[in-house]
Amino acid sequence: MRFYEYEAREIVRRAGIPVTEFGFATTPDEARAAAERIDGPTVIKSQVLSGGRMKAGGVQFADTPQEAADHTVDVLKIEIGGQMPRGVLVDTKADVEQEYYAGVVWDGTAKQPVIIFSPIGGIDIEQVAEDQPDKVGRRHISNLLPLTGFEAKEVIASTGVSGSELNKLTPIVTRLAQLFIDNDMTLAEINPIGRLRDGSFVALDAHMEMENEARGRHKKLLADLGVGDEETREAREPTPFELAGEAVDAEDHRGVAGNVTEFDGNLGLVIGAGGGSLTLFDAVRAHGGKPANYCEIGGNPSVSKTCGLAKLVLQKPGVDKIAVMMSIVSNTRVDIVARGVIKACLELDMDPAEKIAIFRIPGAWEEQGFKILDAYGVEYADRSVSMHEAARRAVEKIGTSG
Amino acid sequence: MSILVNAQTTFIVQGITGREAVNLTRECLDYGAGAKIVGGVTPGRLGREVHGVPVFDTVAQAVAHHGGPIDGSVVTVPPAFTKDAVFEAIVNGIKLIVIVTERIPRRDVAQMVELANMHDARIIGPNCLGIIVPDVIKMGGIGGPAKDAAKAYSPGSIGVISRSGGMTTEMSSTLTAAGMGQSTAVSIGGDAIIGSSYAELMPLFEADQQTEGIVIYTEPGGRMEAQLAEWVAENNSRLPIVAFMAGRFMDEMPGMSFGHAGTIVEGKEDTAAEKIVRLAEAGITVAEEISEIPALIQAKIDERIA
Repeated sequence: MRFYEYEAREIVRRAGIPVTEFGFATTPDEARAAAERIDGPTVIKSQVLSGGRMKAGGVQFADTPQEAADHTVDVLKIEIGGQMPRGVLVDTKADVEQEYYAGVVWDGTAKQPVIIFSPIGGIDIEQVAEDQPDKVGRRHISNLLPLTGFEAKEVIASTGVSGSELNKLTPIVTRLAQLFIDNDMTLAEINPIGRLRDGSFVALDAHMEMENEARGRHKKLLADLGVGDEETREAREPTPFELAGEAVDAEDHRGVAGNVTEFDGNLGLVIGAGGGSLTLFDAVRAHGGKPANYCEIGGNPSVSKTCGLAKLVLQKPGVDKIAVMMSIVSNTRVDIVARGVIKACLELDMDPAEKIAIFRIPGAWEEQGFKILDAYGVEYADRSVSMHEAARRAVEKIGTSG
Repeated sequence: MSILVNAQTTFIVQGITGREAVNLTRECLDYGAGAKIVGGVTPGRLGREVHGVPVFDTVAQAVAHHGGPIDGSVVTVPPAFTKDAVFEAIVNGIKLIVIVTERIPRRDVAQMVELANMHDARIIGPNCLGIIVPDVIKMGGIGGPAKDAAKAYSPGSIGVISRSGGMTTEMSSTLTAAGMGQSTAVSIGGDAIIGSSYAELMPLFEADQQTEGIVIYTEPGGRMEAQLAEWVAENNSRLPIVAFMAGRFMDEMPGMSFGHAGTIVEGKEDTAAEKIVRLAEAGITVAEEISEIPALIQAKIDERIA
C-alpha cells in the first residue's frame, strides 16, 4: 500500500528525521494558512500516488501566501496518471546546497532488507546506478540483530562521503532503516535528503509503501494518518464490478470466490485457483479469446458464494457465456462449484447448457460434480483435457470477435 | 531416492487441532507408506488426539515424548502466530519446516529464514502445500486426500518445483498421464519471500541420482527465476529444466498483484517477458502450454544421454 507524500513526510518526521515545515491542504484557504505559517517562499505539490508530477504541472513555486492559494486552485484541477489530486502539500522552498538519496527495500533473494545510499540525489536512483555505479552504496541488514548505526555508516562511507557529512547523514539513514523495519514497509525512500546552506540536513521528499499483509498491526499509525480500511491504494481504484466481487467474497469466511478484476471482453471467467487462474487467463487470450474478468476460486467456498460470483459475471454487460475452469483441485470440491454455477444460471433464468461454454474442474468429488452437469446438459471435461484445450473450446464456442 | 523427505521422515503438525490441519493430518497418514506424524502441537490442548496423533502444548513436549530429534514440522497456525511457532520448532531442533499459512508479513518470514539459517534448518513456504514423494510420503496438503494424490502423482525421475500448490498437482498429473513419474514435487509457496527458492533446491535434486530432469512453474514478480538462471549458468548442472510461465497478461498491468502475493510487477526484471528471456538464455526451455511439458522434458533428457 502506497502512501501519499504528505503521509510519508509525517512518517519520516515521527521517526525523528528532520523535515522542512510543511502542511497538507485541500482548499486554497488551507494552503494560504500553511504558507503563512511557513513564512517564506513555498512549493505547492500535487498529492497523487503516481509519479510525473513536475511534467504534468503538478508542482508550482509561490513567493507569497496568496500565490500559494492561487497555485493550489490550479494544481487541484490537474489530473495526473488518471488520478485527481487528493490535495496539495505546501512545503518550504528550501535553500539546498546538495542532494542525497537514501532508500531501504527488500531483497527477496538474500531475504534481508538492503540499505541504498547515494551522494547523488533528487534524480532516479536506477539511472545513477547505471551511470555512476561507484556512487551507489548497498548493504544488507540483519532481520534479527538490532540496528546500531554502523550499518548505515558503512553504506554512506562506501560512496566516498566522509567528514561531518558522514556523521550527520548516519543517524538519518539509520532512522530510515529503523522506520522501514518498525512499520513493515516494502519501500522507504527519501529522495532527496537536502544539505541546506546552514549546514543542516533535511528530508525534502519521501516515498513509502507498507506491506498489505501487515496493515493490521499498524492500525494506530494508519488511523493517525486518516487512511481508511477501505482504501486499497492499488495501481488503480477498484471498479463497482470489482467491489461487488469483494462483497460476494465477504459473504462468509469459507474459501475464496473473489479477487475479481474487470476486463472488457465477452467471455466471463469463473476460474481458480491462484496459479490456475493466471494460467487460464493467459490460455484464453492465447486462443484469441477476450476475457470479461479475472477472478479466483479456491479453498472450497460455499455454494452460495460460488453462485454469487457466477451471477455477478453472468450479469456483467457484454458477457455472452462463462467458462468455469480450474487446475486440478484437491481442497475445493468439484460438485460444490458445479452446484454454484448451475444455481446462478437458473436464478437468472438462463439455460446452463447454453451459458456455460465449458466446465473443466478435475479433482476432489468430480464424479458427483459431473453427474450434476450431465443432468443440465453442460459440456464438461476431466483432467484428460488440458487447461489450454479447455480454454480453446470455450473461445471456439463464443467466437473470437466482440 | 527423493529430496527433503523419505519413508523414515518423522514430523509434527503445529496447529493440529484446526479444521484444515485435521484434514491434512488424515491425508498424510493415509498416503503412501503412511507418514510418521509423531505429534501435534496446539497450546492448551495437551492430552488430546487427532486421528490417533497425540497433541502437546509445546514442541519440547513432542520431542520428549518421541524420545529423540524430530525431523520436520508442518506449520498451519494463523499468520499472527506463525513466527512464534516456527521459532519454537527451530529452537527445538527441527530441521525441515513446511509453512502452509498464507498472508504472513514478509518481515516475519525473513526473520524465520534467518533463524533457520543459523540453526542449519530449512523452510519450505509459506503459502505452500508442501512436499510429496509419490507413493512414499506427503508432508502437507499437496495433492489432497490420499486417493486424489495417488491419481495425480506417480514415482519416477522428474523433480517438480512450483510457486503454485495447485499447479504442482496439475503439472505432475500431466507428467503421470504421459508415463513420466516424479522423484519429488515441492510446492515452494507464492509469497515474495520464501524459505527455499528454485536455486536453493537445485543442489538437492542435483545430488539425487533418481532425478533426471526438472519441471518448474513460474510467475511474474521477484528475482527467483533470474537466480535460477544464474545458478544453472554457474553450476554446469546435469539436469535439464523445462519451465512454464503463467500470468503473462500481468506485464500490461504493473503495480497490480494477481494469484499470489508475490506476483506484483515492480521493476523490469519482474515481468514475465523478461523472465522468459533469462530462462531461455540459461538453456531452460519455456513451454507455451502445460500439455507440451512431458515431450519437452523427455526430449531434453534424451539429448543429454545421447
